[in-house]
Amino acid sequence: MSATVTSPMTAARPGMAILATLRRNKLSWLGIALIVLIVAVAVFAPLLAPYDPLKQNIIHRLEAPSADFLLGTDTYGRDVLSRLIYGTRISLMVGFVAVVIAMSVGSAIGILAGYIGGLFDQVVMGVVDVMLAFPTLLLGLLIAAMLGASLENLIIAIAITEMAPFARVARAPTISLKEREFVAAGRALGFGPLRIMGVHILPNMASDVVVLGSLWMASAIRTEASLSFIGLGVQPPTATWGGMIREGFENILTAWWLAIFPSLAILVTVLALNILGDALRDAIDPKLRSENAA
Amino acid sequence: MIRYIIKRLLLAIPTLLAMLTVIFVLVRLVPGDPAIAILGDQATEESLQALRSQLGLDKPIAVQYVDFLTQVLSGDLGSSMTSGRTVLQEVWQVLPYTLELTAAALLIGTAFGLPLGTWAAIRRNAWPDYLGRIISLTGLSFPGFVSAILLLLAFSVQLRWLPVMSTATDDPIRHLENLVLPAFNLGIIMAAYITRVTRSSMLSVLSEDYIRTARAKGVGPGRLVMRHAVRNALIPVVTVVGLYFGTLIGNSVLTEIVFTRPGLGKLILGALTSRDYALLQGLMVVFAAFIILVNTLTDLAYGLIDPRVTYD
Amino acid sequence: MSETILDVRGLQSEFRIGGRWYPAVRDFSLAVAANETVALVGESGSGKSVTALSILNLLPAVGARIAKGSVRFGGEDLVGLPEKALARLRGDSIAMIFQEPMTSLNPTMTVGDQIAEVIQIHRGATRTAALAEALRLLEEVRIPAARQRLHDYPHQFSGGMRQRVMIAMALACRPKLLLADEPTTALDVTIQAQVLALLNELKESYGMSVLFITHNLGVVAQTADRVAVMYAGEIVECAPVDEIFARPTHPYTEALLKAMPRVDRDTEALEPIPGQVPAITRMPAGCAFAPRCPLRAPQCERHPELLPLGPSATHHLRCRVRAPQESAA
Repeated sequence: MSATVTSPMTAARPGMAILATLRRNKLSWLGIALIVLIVAVAVFAPLLAPYDPLKQNIIHRLEAPSADFLLGTDTYGRDVLSRLIYGTRISLMVGFVAVVIAMSVGSAIGILAGYIGGLFDQVVMGVVDVMLAFPTLLLGLLIAAMLGASLENLIIAIAITEMAPFARVARAPTISLKEREFVAAGRALGFGPLRIMGVHILPNMASDVVVLGSLWMASAIRTEASLSFIGLGVQPPTATWGGMIREGFENILTAWWLAIFPSLAILVTVLALNILGDALRDAIDPKLRSENAA
Repeated sequence: MIRYIIKRLLLAIPTLLAMLTVIFVLVRLVPGDPAIAILGDQATEESLQALRSQLGLDKPIAVQYVDFLTQVLSGDLGSSMTSGRTVLQEVWQVLPYTLELTAAALLIGTAFGLPLGTWAAIRRNAWPDYLGRIISLTGLSFPGFVSAILLLLAFSVQLRWLPVMSTATDDPIRHLENLVLPAFNLGIIMAAYITRVTRSSMLSVLSEDYIRTARAKGVGPGRLVMRHAVRNALIPVVTVVGLYFGTLIGNSVLTEIVFTRPGLGKLILGALTSRDYALLQGLMVVFAAFIILVNTLTDLAYGLIDPRVTYD
Repeated sequence: MSETILDVRGLQSEFRIGGRWYPAVRDFSLAVAANETVALVGESGSGKSVTALSILNLLPAVGARIAKGSVRFGGEDLVGLPEKALARLRGDSIAMIFQEPMTSLNPTMTVGDQIAEVIQIHRGATRTAALAEALRLLEEVRIPAARQRLHDYPHQFSGGMRQRVMIAMALACRPKLLLADEPTTALDVTIQAQVLALLNELKESYGMSVLFITHNLGVVAQTADRVAVMYAGEIVECAPVDEIFARPTHPYTEALLKAMPRVDRDTEALEPIPGQVPAITRMPAGCAFAPRCPLRAPQCERHPELLPLGPSATHHLRCRVRAPQESAA
């Protein structure tokens, strides 16, 4: 009975199924629209920002939102809106670069572990499991503190904390794929292991890894903001959302606008990425596919 | 049962060793000379040398590693370099605050998350389901400190219902007032996780054959959920609560900072700002031990819920 | 014929796929008399289970519906009866047992409690009294050491024992009608025979009617009084059990009989039916079996009706080749 009911869905090609799911899932369009908007803000920041985000103006310090300063000014009289717009660049860049590094290195580790197997696999995956057990934020905190606060170190810290899940996701299909005929055929033809891993195994898991990437990018942006808030991120005077919230927190009794706008910016960005990641995951995982079909 | 616990704890030893190794490596990631990092570049060579030997940094790395392991395993987590007290003394002093906060968050998260997730699953694709999904997705998107600041702005700064800062107090009412916002901040995030897992777990349980059997027996909708579905649906929820514990600690660090509350989080931040690497390393070991303890408790909880789990 | 217990007329159950409703059971009419066992036979996907679930309205709440027809039981039409009234009937006067003994019992409740629950719900008994009755039932379905096993969980039982527990649960309130959905399919052959014998025996002593769903004609010969052969959601042939085996008339019934393993025949002589049951989304307009039928003829383009065969009122057939039908469909 159930087989008859689901057969038309599973018959479609995966790419088509993803598109179909996204088309049905109205919420995912909200996610996509928001992400496009946020990326546009980051790209066109110099055109959009009404002021120089670093320009101090002591006369106008701690002004509430007004026609001149739409979102108010901070303790140095800098325009909050302009800083918010430029902060988008840091958040997106850190999130994106960290996830791409975590994704590449993590999947490479997972594929290698799965492909080589044996003791190597056991040791590597043991370390991966320990990394998974550590809270992302604590691990990021520790690494960032050890390396010292800077943009590069922040990216490295976040990338290291997020490698483990990609290694896990890449390893499982590698193990089943390496036994399949086309891989054996490749080996018989004399292809080297690198070519087999790159040409035959990698494409088969790419969609899973990318979906995971969109979900972990949300987490990376969250971690970036948290570390910047603690003071372990990109250092002032560069505008970052986490850093702005830190300043807002120090002036929370007198200037509410300092904390609230970057808070909302983080929330909207993370929410948009989570919505999209969820929709993609539902589209890829057939077991969950019907859940979001409303 | 006792034997099972002992066995389970023995099994955790390799995990603990692996965690300790990761901590050891991470702490030694610090580029350059930690002694200079701690004392600053104005320090004399003499004091630097003294600090190096105090930290054992003058020994070869392998010896340092073995020293570290033997010390930790014999229960010596080292001492804070700034206060001079042992790590355990430092932890012991703030532990009640963190435990109280964590327990309250767990309570709030379960009290909201379980019913909401169950309701969403039962009324799938109807408004309770959408409400549950929106709440859980929003809750999952909040970085802990962002929600903390928004709560602080709303309830302490604007409405003035609750104190902005926690202050040490013996008055139980004031004590509770200090706890409400931090606990809710962590509790809401926890509720978001629990709602989500409960919903999906409940959905899969509700499509199980034994639920159909129960309906065929004439079991009404209320009894069906309470007596047949909830207990089965709880198994993945317990797993997630166990796994979430680490994130809860991570979030509690930021929550404690925003609400200026004493606790392990504040202790970590203090260690970071004063570059107290010995304290930091000790605290990480404490966290690792905590995580292993929680994992063991989670395993034991399975046995209470699922009769198929046997303790042998 | 004695009093009719269950009278299904014109039942049509549908599933929603890709926003459209497709019938899984069509124009289904069948009556079951008191103490009678009727077997519903067909390949998987023929709509047997959906029929049984429709009778108790246990179809999934979303994506499935009863579109047409009536299910009369004890002077009431069960179609459209509120859930509460249906729940009062389920497990009390109509009970059901399922195919998968491994997954059909709640893993977190003791078997005693699961049996006792039926008695508590329908008879308002206390847990103690209900457990005592559950023990009696476990003994009746011949669970060894029943007193100890009462407090065991389903995972501690073998497949055959679990199916006995299911039977005990179904019999707890002495139902008038038992819907048995492939109760022995998942079991080993020897266990299958034991459970079947037990069911036959209990049916006699309890005096119930049984709607026995199976894809195995061999099982039918031992249990049923009457047989209804289903294909693609429709009854294609219906006759007393001897008649079906002696004079199978629908090409599908013939094919099923040829595909049935028998003691007096070589396994090599088995003829599997080529092709498969059409998906409910791709139902042919005419006779649903035509694409697989060796006797296919031009008149099969028109959908056949289920009509009495010859003068007898007991043998019904849906085939334009074997029983020419003049009326347009």
